[in-house]
Amino acid sequence: MRGNAEAHELIAPGSLTGVLELMARAPGEWMPIAGGTEIMVAHAAGRLREKKLVSLWGIGELRFIEVSGESIAIGAGATFRDLRMHDTVQSGASLLAKAATWIGSIANQSRATIGGNLVNGSPAADSSPALLVCDAEVELISMRGKRRIPYSSFHTGYKRNAMTPDELLYAVHVPLRFAQHRQYLRKVGTRRAMAISKVALAGTALLHGGVVSEIRLAAASLAPLPARLYRTEAVLHGRALGPLAIREAQEALMEEAKPIDDIRSTAAYRSRVAANLLGEFLNELLTAEARP
Amino acid sequence: MSEHLANSSAGISFIVNGEKRTVAAHGMKRLLDVLREDLHLTGTKEGCGEGECGSCSVRMNGELVNSCLVPVLQAEGATIETVEGLGRAEALHPIQKAFLECGGAQCGICTPGMLMATAQLLAVNPHPTIGEIREGLAGNLCRCTGFKRIFDSVAAVVVEMDATAKTGGAHAG
Ligand SMILES: Cc1cc2nc3c(=O)[nH]c(=O)nc-3n(C[C@H](O)[C@H](O)[C@H](O)COP(=O)(O)OP(=O)(O)OC[C@H]3O[C@@H](n4cnc5c(N)ncnc54)[C@H](O)[C@@H]3O)c2cc1C
Ligand code: FES
Ligand code: FES
Repeated sequence: MRGNAEAHELIAPGSLTGVLELMARAPGEWMPIAGGTEIMVAHAAGRLREKKLVSLWGIGELRFIEVSGESIAIGAGATFRDLRMHDTVQSGASLLAKAATWIGSIANQSRATIGGNLVNGSPAADSSPALLVCDAEVELISMRGKRRIPYSSFHTGYKRNAMTPDELLYAVHVPLRFAQHRQYLRKVGTRRAMAISKVALAGTALLHGGVVSEIRLAAASLAPLPARLYRTEAVLHGRALGPLAIREAQEALMEEAKPIDDIRSTAAYRSRVAANLLGEFLNELLTAEARP
Repeated sequence: MSEHLANSSAGISFIVNGEKRTVAAHGMKRLLDVLREDLHLTGTKEGCGEGECGSCSVRMNGELVNSCLVPVLQAEGATIETVEGLGRAEALHPIQKAFLECGGAQCGICTPGMLMATAQLLAVNPHPTIGEIREGLAGNLCRCTGFKRIFDSVAAVVVEMDATAKTGGAHAG
């Protein structure tokens, strides 16, 4: 089934204030559309219920990448192509740069925005784990002003988030200090350029004398929303890394994971794969520690 | 209200293959349909209609996009290049020649998209490795050729364009 263009209204105020004013006048009535790689697919399938759409594409105030001392500010309208081509994103937020290369083909990455990826809020979204393990923050904007919250509290449930109906996602702030941590990101999916990830695991860690002093873990497709694996982290925190700790962490992950059991793969399979990925990351840490 | 100036069915203007065009289309109409139906540029093909196959790839402001996922209002003011802008039957672009010579095209449905993806790849990276060729074309599916001939075609363009550059020749586009 094909969606009918005439059934929708699309307008392009052309400026951030123009969009925010519109949203303030009629909160919840206008659905923002950025690169459209989620919305137009829904439209093609006849699944787009929203009648009124307001375009964010081409608004320069949302498409920026700015480096300031300790963090990178990424405008919600930055595309994944913008991200993977950016020197400081590559060096200072390398997990995000890597995830960017996964968001479909080059043609998709040229339209897909980081804002659209996060607001769409799929549990399989590829940028989420990379941002979660770097303590990223998101900045929201409305006519009432801007506010900043940890990205880890942005998603509140399956496809639900902390934004109010008059707000837009404005920017994502990624601290640069994690470039000094050991980092890991791997996705196991069916077809590299296309498939929405089956399972992905991201991790950052800092070890001192073999003891885990900081560790952050997050996975895609392991819960109804993108989320940190706090309980698995807790098993490792402050502990000397070794085969026993690794096994216990893997068991904790299998407990903590609550994948939605959809047709892409079964929940048990996903948890098992994620535990294997965790094993790989932790063994990499062990090997790196053993090197003089 | 001023924003309604930019509303759905008012004239939408952009540059296609170097020419300014204005269409009276609904803003949510897909760029793909506007190119094919309103502008009769039927070189751009529809495969899947959902961003998966790349048959509809065109260049927009110097970037490769799937025109089936672009509402035409978002192309307002943009510079668009379609396969028709690459070359003509009497004056084929080197990329088109290479696809012909290397058997990179069979049924032809994927070909315009492949050509545009190749044009994009070479515009950013004139000397791609085989891995980079594969990545550049990873969003373009072909049901006929098994891809090898397509990758060979791209590799052949690189060699040919280098040779032409050395002998001081120039290519259009
Ligand atoms: C072929 C294909 C392959 C894909 N592969 C992957 C993949 O491997 N991994 C992956 O994670 N995703 C993938 N995607 C999904 C998609 O490309 C991404 O989620 C993309 O980042 C969405 O961004 P967009 O700008 O296109 O969103 P849009 O479709 O424009 O919008 C998506 C949602 O976000 C909202 N929104 C957008 N921007 C804002 C903002 N600034 N403030 C508030 N709300 C906003 C919209 O209202 C909408 O609800 C794929 C899509 C396709 C078509
Ligand atoms: S028709 Fe656009 S990607 Fe398949
Ligand atoms: S030549 Fe037929 S799909 Fe590629």
